[in-house]
Amino acid sequence: MAENETAAVQAAPENPLRVLGTAIAAAAGGAVTDVELARGGKELVLRARRDSLLGLMTLLRDDPRFGFEQCVDICGVDWPEKAERFEVVYNLLSLAHNQRVRVIVTTDGNATVPSVAGIWACATWYERETWDMYGVVFAGQTDLRRLLTDYGFEGHPLRKDFPLTGFVEVRYDEELKRVAYGPVQLTQEFRNFDYLSPWEGMSTLPGDEKVHLNRLEGPA
Amino acid sequence: MSSQPLAAIGEAPAETVKRQIEVESHTINFGPQHPAAHGVLRLILEMKGEVVERADPHIGLLHRGTEKLIEYKTYIQALPYFDRLDYVSPMSMEHSFALATERLLGIEAPERAQYIRVLFGELTRILNHLLNVTTFAIDCGAITPALWGFEQRETLLEFYETVSGSHYHANYFRPGGVAKDLPQGLEERIAGWAKQFPAFLKDLEGLLTENRIFKQRTVDIGVMTAEQAMDWGFTGPCLRASGCSWDLRKSQPYDVYDRMEFDIPTGTRGDCYDRYLIRIMEMRESLRIVDQCLKQMKPGPVKVLDNKIVPPQRGEMKRSMEALIHHFKLYTEGYHVPEGATYTVTEAPKGEFGVYLVADGTNKPYRCKIRSPSYALLQATEVLSKGHMLADAVAIIGSLDIVFGEIDR
Repeated sequence: MAENETAAVQAAPENPLRVLGTAIAAAAGGAVTDVELARGGKELVLRARRDSLLGLMTLLRDDPRFGFEQCVDICGVDWPEKAERFEVVYNLLSLAHNQRVRVIVTTDGNATVPSVAGIWACATWYERETWDMYGVVFAGQTDLRRLLTDYGFEGHPLRKDFPLTGFVEVRYDEELKRVAYGPVQLTQEFRNFDYLSPWEGMSTLPGDEKVHLNRLEGPA
Repeated sequence: MSSQPLAAIGEAPAETVKRQIEVESHTINFGPQHPAAHGVLRLILEMKGEVVERADPHIGLLHRGTEKLIEYKTYIQALPYFDRLDYVSPMSMEHSFALATERLLGIEAPERAQYIRVLFGELTRILNHLLNVTTFAIDCGAITPALWGFEQRETLLEFYETVSGSHYHANYFRPGGVAKDLPQGLEERIAGWAKQFPAFLKDLEGLLTENRIFKQRTVDIGVMTAEQAMDWGFTGPCLRASGCSWDLRKSQPYDVYDRMEFDIPTGTRGDCYDRYLIRIMEMRESLRIVDQCLKQMKPGPVKVLDNKIVPPQRGEMKRSMEALIHHFKLYTEGYHVPEGATYTVTEAPKGEFGVYLVADGTNKPYRCKIRSPSYALLQATEVLSKGHMLADAVAIIGSLDIVFGEIDR
């Protein structure tokens, strides 16, 4: 509290997430490339280098200041227009400190991401799913089978260039007496309406900026 | 099952019969159509005699590409997909998505809507635990609990129907509040139901808690220590059964959970029996929250008043041109969510249900990753059932509370 009195001149106390992010970045050496606060300072996002991911993750789990015992989720995001199109997003949770962090690494289709299955046992299925859906290869993952798609499926369905309808469909084949794959046949052309207004849609109209700003900076 | 080398009886030589009994490990295909698999689980079990050596769950048989579909839908259209994830606790699934969208939009639901959400979130928890506890009992050989439990579930589902018009596919929690206010008299009906429920729980416990057969099937089966549970990504009742006092409703409260008074039951051993007990105790706590909600709820709006996000009243549309335009725009273009990303979690009945929502400023989510609690639970089947008997594997799967709608997505 005494420190607060001396620092009372400062307008606002620093966001604890920002403090945590800086501490992690300092402890991790050069592994963290960027510390961001998402959603108006309510979520901590760390962008990390792919090759030093394992060191960073081990630090996050084992350092008592951070104590991220749980890796609650790993998923991919596809940004086709970027040079390294895939993001692998790790959502970590610390039960001891009641805090969350999101670690993001990027990769293109070829470069491998080190597997964190040795740090959190639950990572295996998340990595298998990310491989299945995006084709991101995890180096060191011994069990990189497909998880959610069919046996013998080809392609990575959650990539943005994979069509919603897919390429194949199944039907029961009377002659073969089993379910067989065939090319997908649509009885009606796939319709994806572009409802986006050619004008400004619902973004801010001239003169409305204050209203929208209040809405964004208002309650969470 | 692979064929076993049997001692050839027919061609046995006359003098000495050499019997060679070889317990070779063999593989069993458990599911995908098996009543104890709780859905379409295909479990490849490598057995040594009757002991499970390796369990490899094959999932994805109910994969419907929800995440891909959501990328092609507006935010309003995406919401009903959540009912179809964990189809035994639909409204809890909607809760995460509604909150995530609200957080990206920067809005907050009005107080009454938050109370309604918490109220129905807790009714859903009871709904879910009733199904799990009773079907778990079926897996262990008891059929009566299910018959009783489903009667209670039916009453709860009628509350669902009263507010949303549907037993399961409610589409009730919306970004910005809830779809409609509670119809008249519903609060009294829920209060009436809540009054008789403790007696039912006592009866249910009378059937199971001290039941010798049930205890023989569950005590010390599938033990998970707290460290293991955290390592395997356990959340919810299964984590609490291992002794971690962790509940998102307390530690990271959303809506009006910070005003609610309730306890977090925790287990000591982390076995199947503890997981059962936790669920029973959680139902009691949920009932306390339901009572508090009913007492504290005040009349008021149930959606935000911004018609750019929430559709206008039907009656208003008949009179107001602006309301009509709003309605038309909402149901064609939908609303735009500002660029950003959020990982929003709620304490669903099965554990942490998270939505990682990436918005790119258009009317459709750019990416919507659904983090389902039972996905992580099912992955641990192997460590839990290793060294146990085949019948124990069934008890373990029952105690984990897995639903394939949310695992396969």
